[in-house]
Amino acid sequence: MTPLHEGRLKYLEELANKVREDVIEMLLEAGSGHSAGPLGMADIFTVLYFHALRHDPKFPAWPDRDRLVLSNGHICPVLYAVMARAGYFPLEELKTLRRINSRLQGHPHRTALPGLETTSGPLGSGLSQAAGIALSARLDKKKFRTYCLTSDGEHQEGNTWEAIMFAGKNKLSNLTVVIDRNNIQIDGNTESIMPLEPLKEKYESFNWHVLEINGHDMEAFVSAVSEAEVIFEKPTVIIAHTIPGKGVSFMERDYRWHGKPPNKEEAKEAMKELRSLGGRIRSEHE
Amino acid sequence: MNEKLKLNPKLFEEDVEMKPSRNGFGEGLILAAREHEGVVGLCADLTESTRMEAFAKEFPERFFEVGVAEQNMATIAAGLGVSGKIPFIASYATFSPGRNYEQIRTTIAYNDSNVKIAGHHAGISVGPDGATHQATEDVAIMRAMPNMKVFVPCDWIEAKKATIAAVKLWGPVYLRFGREKTPVITTEATPFVPGKAQIFWRSRKPRVAIITCGILLYQALRAAEELEKERIGTIVVNSHSIKPLDEQTLLEMAELTGAVVTVEEHQIMGGLGSAVAELFARKRPTPIEFTGLHDTFGESGKPDELIEKYGMGVKDIKGAVKKVIMRK
Repeated sequence: MTPLHEGRLKYLEELANKVREDVIEMLLEAGSGHSAGPLGMADIFTVLYFHALRHDPKFPAWPDRDRLVLSNGHICPVLYAVMARAGYFPLEELKTLRRINSRLQGHPHRTALPGLETTSGPLGSGLSQAAGIALSARLDKKKFRTYCLTSDGEHQEGNTWEAIMFAGKNKLSNLTVVIDRNNIQIDGNTESIMPLEPLKEKYESFNWHVLEINGHDMEAFVSAVSEAEVIFEKPTVIIAHTIPGKGVSFMERDYRWHGKPPNKEEAKEAMKELRSLGGRIRSEHE
Repeated sequence: MNEKLKLNPKLFEEDVEMKPSRNGFGEGLILAAREHEGVVGLCADLTESTRMEAFAKEFPERFFEVGVAEQNMATIAAGLGVSGKIPFIASYATFSPGRNYEQIRTTIAYNDSNVKIAGHHAGISVGPDGATHQATEDVAIMRAMPNMKVFVPCDWIEAKKATIAAVKLWGPVYLRFGREKTPVITTEATPFVPGKAQIFWRSRKPRVAIITCGILLYQALRAAEELEKERIGTIVVNSHSIKPLDEQTLLEMAELTGAVVTVEEHQIMGGLGSAVAELFARKRPTPIEFTGLHDTFGESGKPDELIEKYGMGVKDIKGAVKKVIMRK
């Protein structure tokens, strides 16, 4: 994978900011859904769909495509937004999120929308599905990589650790897991609900290659994803430290924004902040 | 006995051959795997007792031991199933689909992943292990799930055929097998078509249709034979496909007899009896008596003792037939 040069970085940062605007607009339109996670993961999703993944939005069933499994399905607004911007479906369709007859289900459904690899929502089952996909790639001697995007909260699910054991045992080096380490979940902060730390050491002891990055540093994410590609003896996990609600000051780091959408005034305020942020990104790079 | 189906001629004899239906799964899996390269197997620390052992030996690169982790087994299989593989997952039915119900629902059924679920040690005939290991609600769980097909074979030969048939059917399938040695009812020559019920017994003047599946088909046939001697004619239907249900055949049988008895090694709520009752309530209201577990768990004991104690034996089936005749 090519590193990010200055122009590319600026383009991706601006795009990620647009994706955040999409997320706010979608949530306002839908009247329900999750705010903090999608905003926090906008940078990573943008890099994945516009730089890292080998995929073809015009041919979603391309057999050699990289697979992206979203385990914590509730952050799907960010997935839908990057997919629309990448050309999987018209941007207009984003407004149908959570509506009757929409392909954009409240939690992603594989057979509803081309480009989705799994159905998800109930937490803790994405990592093992990704392991199954990676295993099939190995059996078929296929070169594609499987990426699993997970949340920190779903590491409280037993199924997640069963999958971590399985991938470690089978040395699934074609599997990269990205954890959205934003420290929040519905009822509060992860470390007070059910502590996950030391997360890095936990993964290491399960025979994984572990990388830890700032999830808003696109260059760091690109180099972590590149490093994972050349680790041949283990699966890799990238623990991405993110700010939940990133880009909207009154949502940032507040767990109460995990599972609710903005109302009209809040959305207006959020859009104002994001637009001025967009302006700053443009001027900083100029 | 229906001669066209070429059933076991020694069925009613003392020395009828006995074999567990799970053995048919093991043999069918190997045959299917030899024919289809995509067939893979996953097991959760029960490789021998689910009869996946021979497959694991012949195809070590296509066998995956997941350890005591049924949720992981189902979800890894879901990933394999959306990637062009035909995964079989095997465990005791109390654990799979018991422990991993939600994973099966979301990642296999709703996700429409091509996974075949083998539920072993089903029913009360598991015996001495007790109620924790006797799956008696699994059919209800799986039947209610959209996209899922449900087959309950009556003996090891039918189990083998059902396993092979499951590979040829695209999409999620649930197969139910028993632990104990049970009488061999069918032969290799007996046809098996998914979704098609079969008339195994037909008296000259049938007054009741006994609709059954699984190992209790034997008890139903024994009951039919004894009732014949008492001049009570019956039809015995092997409804091995609970979903899809062969509505046409079942309705024809109800038309012919005007009364129905269902027999299953399962709770009467949600299983074969419920499927049949739903059909007749919609299309042809018919008196039905249900033979099965009546809202109770089992316990430890010998299989025959348990079937007797919990009202699923020959005597109980005969009683249900006589009772339903009174309601005509």
